[in-house]
Amino acid sequence: MDHLLTLPVLIPLLTGAIAFLFYKNGTVQRWIGLAGTVALLIASILLLVDVWSNGIQAEQFGNWPAPFGISFVADLLSSIMITISGVMGFVVAVYAVADIDKTREKFGFYPLYHILLMGINGTFLTGDIFNMYVWFEVMLISSFVLLALGNAKAQLDGAVKYVIINLVGSAIFLMGIGFVYGLTGTLNMAELSVRLNEVDNAGLVTTVSMFFMISFGIKAAVFPLFFWLPASYHTPPVAVSAIFAGMLTKVGVYTLIRAFTLLFTQEVAYTHHIILWISGLTMLIGVLGAAAQSEVRRILSFHIISQIGYMIMGLALYTPLALIGSVFYIVHHIIVKTNLFLVGGLARKLTGSYELKKMGGLYRYYPWLGVLFLIPAFSLAGFPPLSGFWAKFTLIYAALEIESYWIAGVALLVGLLTLYSMTKIWMAAFWTPLPGYENDTTGAGFNKIGPRDMFLLVTPIVILATLTIIIGLFPEPFYELSLKAAEELLDPTNYINAVLGK
Amino acid sequence: MEPLLAIVIGVLFSTAIYLMMQRNLVRIVIGVIILSNAVNLLIFTMGRLTRASAPLIPFGEKVPLEAIANPLPQALVLTAIVIGFGLFAFALVLTYRTYKEIGTLDVDELREAETPYENPSDKKDGKAVKEG
Repeated sequence: MDHLLTLPVLIPLLTGAIAFLFYKNGTVQRWIGLAGTVALLIASILLLVDVWSNGIQAEQFGNWPAPFGISFVADLLSSIMITISGVMGFVVAVYAVADIDKTREKFGFYPLYHILLMGINGTFLTGDIFNMYVWFEVMLISSFVLLALGNAKAQLDGAVKYVIINLVGSAIFLMGIGFVYGLTGTLNMAELSVRLNEVDNAGLVTTVSMFFMISFGIKAAVFPLFFWLPASYHTPPVAVSAIFAGMLTKVGVYTLIRAFTLLFTQEVAYTHHIILWISGLTMLIGVLGAAAQSEVRRILSFHIISQIGYMIMGLALYTPLALIGSVFYIVHHIIVKTNLFLVGGLARKLTGSYELKKMGGLYRYYPWLGVLFLIPAFSLAGFPPLSGFWAKFTLIYAALEIESYWIAGVALLVGLLTLYSMTKIWMAAFWTPLPGYENDTTGAGFNKIGPRDMFLLVTPIVILATLTIIIGLFPEPFYELSLKAAEELLDPTNYINAVLGK
Repeated sequence: MEPLLAIVIGVLFSTAIYLMMQRNLVRIVIGVIILSNAVNLLIFTMGRLTRASAPLIPFGEKVPLEAIANPLPQALVLTAIVIGFGLFAFALVLTYRTYKEIGTLDVDELREAETPYENPSDKKDGKAVKEG
């Protein structure tokens, strides 16, 4: 099909617009939202299958040939990201039906949610650097509103920090675009990939690349630029936190990978060495920050940061195996991290708090929830045979292969510290009795959740946990997929030819 | 023309950064909008400044007959201005709501979403008193 490439953007746009028309009717909005995410999921899987069997797809808008018009390009990395965002869009939409309250629904949660998905998918698909900025802004403005929606004090405080830092980040991105345009006279990424290598002054290109590194680094929450994340991600309702935690920072990682494999490969020894240091520090600082926290969502937020380090590490090592690890890690991480936020939200609904001190007793009365928590938690720490093990194994093996021992050591240590945080949540929320109900055997201290809500809250968690186990037990097809994606990243010739039509 | 614009951009950048270093949230927001305007001007300058004619191609021709001004940076800047305007409007409303709900515009006091902490300066004072 010809227009498969535009569907991941068009479907959420339509869904959002239709949901907006039924502004006053929450029930209709929910059904439209669910139908939209199912359609999006199907379209994204079709896209992945298409790209897998037919190679890189490109589409030119308005029939302007490539370097002049705006192109959409789907290589394997893009379509993997689109597919995973389709899965997350669906499961979180299911969860949101039970999680989002009537007030937020009334103020337009569903339209915003779909516009957010549109922005994310647009960023993954676009082949034009200025167009990427526009998709970024689409994504950002809807995330701003989703974050502030509800007007709780903590939300406003978090939103202020998130908005300001992201506006500065966008300005830096735009500056980079300006310089790149001034140097080469083009904005098409495939064309840029060729032209940037022809610029006489390679040092200038590397300098300009730093603008991109900083601005994408802000979005990805890497080491010196991460502080907005733990200040804001824990404030909105958990469905919003979950989709933010799963997708938004990974958009930053995606753009970093795209920029530093396709565009800025002039001085790999220099730029990627910087990225390597950033990745090591990101891993370490993130996990240490998590160890100091005592609120479930804040612990998980800090873990996002430390996990970003692993994904960047694959990019920094810049070998085929390392990039395979990166792609594999992104897929694994999005599933696991979203799932942990969803489990945390359910635990909060049952115990009434996110504070570890006020939680407890979940294992005794809800042992199945304990199992559902342990699957993503152990996967995050990298236990075999779960998905995280294969992701970490590939990355660390890649590091040892090129004798980068210190980064391999850091990665192993961080895995261990991750386990510490996860057991901390396990001990406090599941193992110890619920504070105030130590001698109670009836489970009276827990909030009651109706069967409909319980079904809606548990189904997404079960789906994601199943995916984690499937990736863990049968890593082969996912590894193949990452392998091909990594090959495309390391040799951009196919990408350039697909876009420029040579 | 380019050196003059470069100086203007530089002044705008330094003003923006100065404002963003302040503690008052309104000043920070104004700093951000000045920053985005500085960037717009930068893109405009990067598109090469010419005094050539307007980018119009006569009917029936495929390429312009003479040197024309580059229209692309203007299209980019226009897009960036619109986006920047929208974001600025949102940031202002957010600032207003924050002031209404939390009652302060001092970013050091905006700690609703943070874990409560002991003020380190208090601690120091306590120690100083003990030692004294």
